[in-house]
Amino acid sequence: MNIFLQLVANGLMLGGLFAIISIGLTLIFGIVKVVNFAHGEFLMAGMYLTWIITVGLGLHPYVTVLAVAPFLFVLGAMTQRFLIQPLLLARDDHVQIFATVGLSTALINLALLIFGADIANTPASGLRAPVQIGPVRILEGQVYIFIAAVLLVIGLQLFLSRTQTGRAIRAVAQNRAAAQLMGINVDRIYVLSFGIGAACVGLAASLVAPLYPVSSTIGTYFVLTAFVVVVLGGLGSIVGAFVGAMIIGLIDSMAGFYIGSDLREAVVFGVFLVILILKPSGLFGTRVSLSHIS
Amino acid sequence: MLTIEGIDAGYGATTILQGVSLEVKAGEVVTIVGANGAGKSTTLRTIAGLITPTAGRISFEGQDITRTAAHEVVDLGITLIPEGRQLFPDMTVRENLLMGAYRKAARAAQAETLEEVLQLFPRVRERMNQQASSLSGGEQQMVAIARGMMARPKLLMFDEPSLGLAPIIVSQVFEVIGKIAATGTTVLIVEQNVFSTLKASDRGYVLENGEIALSGAAEALLRDDHVRQAYLGI
Ligand SMILES: Nc1ncnc2c1ncn2[C@@H]1O[C@H](COP(=O)(O)OP(=O)(O)O)[C@@H](O)[C@H]1O
Ligand SMILES: [Mg+2]
Repeated sequence: MNIFLQLVANGLMLGGLFAIISIGLTLIFGIVKVVNFAHGEFLMAGMYLTWIITVGLGLHPYVTVLAVAPFLFVLGAMTQRFLIQPLLLARDDHVQIFATVGLSTALINLALLIFGADIANTPASGLRAPVQIGPVRILEGQVYIFIAAVLLVIGLQLFLSRTQTGRAIRAVAQNRAAAQLMGINVDRIYVLSFGIGAACVGLAASLVAPLYPVSSTIGTYFVLTAFVVVVLGGLGSIVGAFVGAMIIGLIDSMAGFYIGSDLREAVVFGVFLVILILKPSGLFGTRVSLSHIS
Repeated sequence: MLTIEGIDAGYGATTILQGVSLEVKAGEVVTIVGANGAGKSTTLRTIAGLITPTAGRISFEGQDITRTAAHEVVDLGITLIPEGRQLFPDMTVRENLLMGAYRKAARAAQAETLEEVLQLFPRVRERMNQQASSLSGGEQQMVAIARGMMARPKLLMFDEPSLGLAPIIVSQVFEVIGKIAATGTTVLIVEQNVFSTLKASDRGYVLENGEIALSGAAEALLRDDHVRQAYLGI
């Protein structure tokens, strides 16, 4: 029984990690309708920045979020403004796919050039210490990631439903032409939304860096799971991404123990495929047209 | 108020409108009559700034708006209530209406405007907290009109407001448009109910294959043989 509870706890913590990495990806997709294949490299860039500031200034890694999130906001906003937006005129979605894949490759090579092939360890600042919660033991840093993921979901929901800008973002996601007729500057909303989505992964980077060493390929390691989570939750659905992340986290944890750690990924993708066959729009995707942000 | 001089406009490489000129004076109700595919919606979309003309000139209250972006056209006092309602499906009726008052000037008067608009649409008031997608077609059209009014436009453009509605709802829609015009709002309307619309209009234009074939006072068009044969089926 205790082992089972421990596996559930591990699964939820893993879920929190997947959630915080995936939320920005689903947000950008739901609004801008662009699959950002450079999302993992945004995470990587944020983790390197966290490492530099933490080591360089001797700050607590969490404090770096004040610089990392804005940095990624700007990186995301610029990606939309100077890479995606000019391509929208091309009227061919494939061009955008190649553009973000290209950006991903460019960022990996840039990281190799600057930081080399070695891994960089952000000081753990006690975040890798286990804490005992009832019968289970988890890492302190994992608990904070989980809490941050929950707060991020709630915060984004409030922003999207209660503020004028948030409503404008939903309007653009649901009906672009009608939003223009309301007087909404759609291009600006896209730039803002890409920035917010990237800032979310910036938050993730500062929280993840003390637990995982960063290297140029760290993005590839995480982003595949993020795509699974986002599709499973229903593309564009923030709550869906959270629930999807928990499901994948739990499956990952259980499969690793009961089936064998070699087969973990096979089981995760197997369940993913089965759910998609049963419900192609994902758990929280109400329509396949993806017009929807919830 | 609105002057269009010889515009060409279309989609990508396809030119739909060819040398279209028309004028709407302040306080008028003007209608554009034409067969399916004649370019009526394209004309309204071009005025609204969703399409940029490749030739010609559009001006509103003396200001050149030929190349003005759609979101800025709204600021000047032009609002289009598009064909097919185009509500935000996963937003409540209230949220849809608030989006109508998105621009700064309209937002300042949002609460008053909402009250005024809801006077005109008692049914909409009852539906305020429902998802827009859960409403009937007639209710959705009322919300679309109410949302357009939330911008406090000087010129309100209607694209096929009665399309797909039951006859009883159609007459309600016409009643509402009549009331809007009576408040002094200038109206440019495209409608399949040519007879009722001409009856309610001051002037009309007949659009055929992207060109203005005929124009004049509404009564004159109602008496015109070509209009009677082609559009009124008399
Ligand atoms: N988005 C579009 N892309 C390409 N062609 C279009 C588009 N919308 C309309 N058209 C074409 O433009 C012409 C005029 O359409 P429209 O202005 O909608 O006519 P109307 O409103 O008078 O029925 C039609 O031939 C139609 O097929
Ligand atoms: Mg039309």
